[in-house]
Amino acid sequence: MNAPVFRRAASAGEGVSRRQLIITATAVGGALMVGCSPTDLLAAGAEGETGPFGAFVKIAPDGAVTLVCKHIEFGQGTHAGLAAIVAEELDADWSKVAWEHAPANAKLYANGGLGAQLTGGSTAINNSWDQLRQAGAAARAMFVQAAANRWNVPAGEITVKDSVVSHAASGQSADFAALLADAANVTPPAEPTLKDPAQFTLIGTDRVRRKDSLAKSTGQTRFTMDVQAETLLVAMVAHPPRFGAKVASFDATAAKAVPGVVEVYEIPTGVAVVAETTWAAKQGRDVLTVTWDEAKAETRSSADIAERFRDLAAGSAALEKGEEWQGFETKGEVAAQADGQALEVAYDFPYLAHATMEPMNCVAQVDGNKAKLTFASQGPTLDQLNVAKIVANLPGAIEIETLPAGGSFGRRANFQSDFVVECVQIARKVGGNRPVKLVWTREDDMAAGYYRPLVHHRVRVTTDTDGYPNTWTHRIVTQSIMKGAPFGGGGVDETAVEGAKGSPYLKATPHVDAQLLTPDAGVPVLWWRSVGATHTAYVMEHTIEQLARRAGQDPVAYRRALYEKAGAKRHLAVLDLAADKAGWGEPAPEGWTRGVAVHESFGSVVAQVAEVKMENGEPKVGRVVTAIDCGTAISPNQIAAQMEGGTCYGLSAALYGQVTLTEGRVDQTNFDTYRVLRHNEAPQVETYIVAQPAGTHPTGVGEPGTPVIGPAVANALLALTGEAITAQPFVKV
Amino acid sequence: MAITLDVNGKPLTVEAAGDTPLLWVLRDELGLTGTKYGCGIAQCGACTVLADGAPIRSCLTPVSALGSAKITTIEGLGGDHPLQQAWVALDVPQCGYCQSGQIMSAAALLEQSPKPTDEEIDGAMAGNICRCGAYQRIHAAIKVASGQAPADASPQTDA
Repeated sequence: MNAPVFRRAASAGEGVSRRQLIITATAVGGALMVGCSPTDLLAAGAEGETGPFGAFVKIAPDGAVTLVCKHIEFGQGTHAGLAAIVAEELDADWSKVAWEHAPANAKLYANGGLGAQLTGGSTAINNSWDQLRQAGAAARAMFVQAAANRWNVPAGEITVKDSVVSHAASGQSADFAALLADAANVTPPAEPTLKDPAQFTLIGTDRVRRKDSLAKSTGQTRFTMDVQAETLLVAMVAHPPRFGAKVASFDATAAKAVPGVVEVYEIPTGVAVVAETTWAAKQGRDVLTVTWDEAKAETRSSADIAERFRDLAAGSAALEKGEEWQGFETKGEVAAQADGQALEVAYDFPYLAHATMEPMNCVAQVDGNKAKLTFASQGPTLDQLNVAKIVANLPGAIEIETLPAGGSFGRRANFQSDFVVECVQIARKVGGNRPVKLVWTREDDMAAGYYRPLVHHRVRVTTDTDGYPNTWTHRIVTQSIMKGAPFGGGGVDETAVEGAKGSPYLKATPHVDAQLLTPDAGVPVLWWRSVGATHTAYVMEHTIEQLARRAGQDPVAYRRALYEKAGAKRHLAVLDLAADKAGWGEPAPEGWTRGVAVHESFGSVVAQVAEVKMENGEPKVGRVVTAIDCGTAISPNQIAAQMEGGTCYGLSAALYGQVTLTEGRVDQTNFDTYRVLRHNEAPQVETYIVAQPAGTHPTGVGEPGTPVIGPAVANALLALTGEAITAQPFVKV
Repeated sequence: MAITLDVNGKPLTVEAAGDTPLLWVLRDELGLTGTKYGCGIAQCGACTVLADGAPIRSCLTPVSALGSAKITTIEGLGGDHPLQQAWVALDVPQCGYCQSGQIMSAAALLEQSPKPTDEEIDGAMAGNICRCGAYQRIHAAIKVASGQAPADASPQTDA
């Protein structure tokens, strides 16, 4: 996902690479220049106390090291990478390192790139790299000093390995447990000495594996859905059938007659049924009678919205009040140069649901102005701000215990904290600090909005005598994701253009006129794994493929020439690696056709070569060779997992994904109508990581694997059929 | 009404209406939360448990329909089942929410076919959705658990 508009934390400027700044600028929607609320304000009311080893490292009496993880674990394996950074610098015994989620506290746990406690923009490892290296190194220095004092030897002669501190000359050694009390009293060094990255022994090895696989393979991981308590009530809410509608009236008689139903409340988002069990809440909710006031509801069909977007891009529909084209890349003289042979192509992308396996849910207890939440909080600072407004308290005083999430892909963080606020509204009605678990059914989740926006692109490219782009005219029409941001705003919504803006293909084109239009619609939209790249990668890569074919050139050779023109060395490296490993240039296996695509997102560059065939009238994807440059690779195993999973997520959308509306009502209700990729449809992904100089700053991994597979498959199908694919999903229901 | 169920080898009596889906009895009444809610219409497989060894979707199975069937949930596999060992060895789970259902479907498959082919695995696992897209490792782990691939078969490769 992408991230909201907060000021960068003051400390985050140190050691931040140019690439990081680009990511950050992308991640905050270009709002860096806007004066925003400082972290201190966001954290008002929060405690600032930490243990002797700081906010991120806890060491138990038995010497066991625990990483306090400021980022939520929702599948991406971030806990392992973050813990490995600390363990590396601390020289801790990796097999005994544990982790736990940090509490909500923007003062201690803000994302260094975003200024708020929030997981998104594939920034977890990236923004924590320096911070956790320092945390681990500081703790190590404290143990070394404690040992030096105890043994009366120079600290410089002491070594640490696998949580054991040793002095070779005197033959003395002690483990962390034995030195803990002394080490805790050593003043932490202000600027601890970091390891030479060339000396890393853990980072980058296959030993850096997840710590939660056993719990997740035995049903022991406690998700929000699994929170139970003696007095816990379960709530379900009847939501309006159209976005923007409100409750006019309701009859709770039948619902209250359901055994187990405790109470029925009207809340701002609908009518809540509160019951003793999940099943009772559902049965009660199912028999509620609600009349809706739809005066302000969105009543258009998605087809109407898409048609208007197409007309706007083509210049055949008039702009309405507040609508204005905004340039995001402009250079040269397109109008004077745009004569001659042109490729003109327009692309349509539908709304997409995140469809996490665990639908949205939350547990809240409210007593007066005190609120405690126990749930998978992706953006604790956002959630604190929104909840604080309801219970009239300071944001930092809102207590959140973060649990692992059954997937998010961006859905669990939004500017309104939609499902969190809904739960708190109900818990406030219940009161008395009694825990209330809000449960959304799959149907609730799918119809609730916060979709990847519907997007239309229109591209016109003229080429030079060698077949390379000379002019590039680009129009993007989509709803703005960042419009609901609490701070900032104005300017181009970077989340709508990232990936087109900054593309090496535009760098290599002399004349560019690229503009964005963001009309409003009543459908809530949100970042969705890889955000703008979900559509820009497709448009850029499928357009380039068509241009390569028109030029009569090999698609890999054509891209290489453009990357050389643009100075895009990282693109070249991943392309060459993927092409080499895939056997590009040699015939594909019998019956299969290859397609290639390359895209940079969240600071990393990914190239894929996909092998595709048609089977029973639908595309079937087999081997997918993936090359990634993500800076220093901390956990190769989990980078591969994210390439495998990200590819499935992107492929699912490209082949099958779409949310449509008919007269404002969402047509898809569940997995029978919102088709997703299944086991028998999954590709075989091979991951190759571009080797980096020691110490290279790590970049994103959770999202960059998602946007490349769609165009890679489309490019294979173009080679197979000669037809471009200008709309997603490829497979029509 | 009082209903007696045989769950993980133990007779357990619960108070529930007969039309209550087994899923909610397991989770809310018996505290066996390893079995997950995902869709409620037998489309995603997150709620899969075994009834006399056969996979059933507990979200659509009323408790009154179970009779004397022996129910096995993820908690009943013991923690060191060959599938669970393979799942850990290959780091299959990502978010993990679907994995109980995945493992129960795979357990039923191995009961039927101790050395399943790729096609048999595809067929048996097609009803279990994983939105994280861990399918490739799920597939590999079933091969490992059934003795058809070495346990150290790490799926990722380096340059």
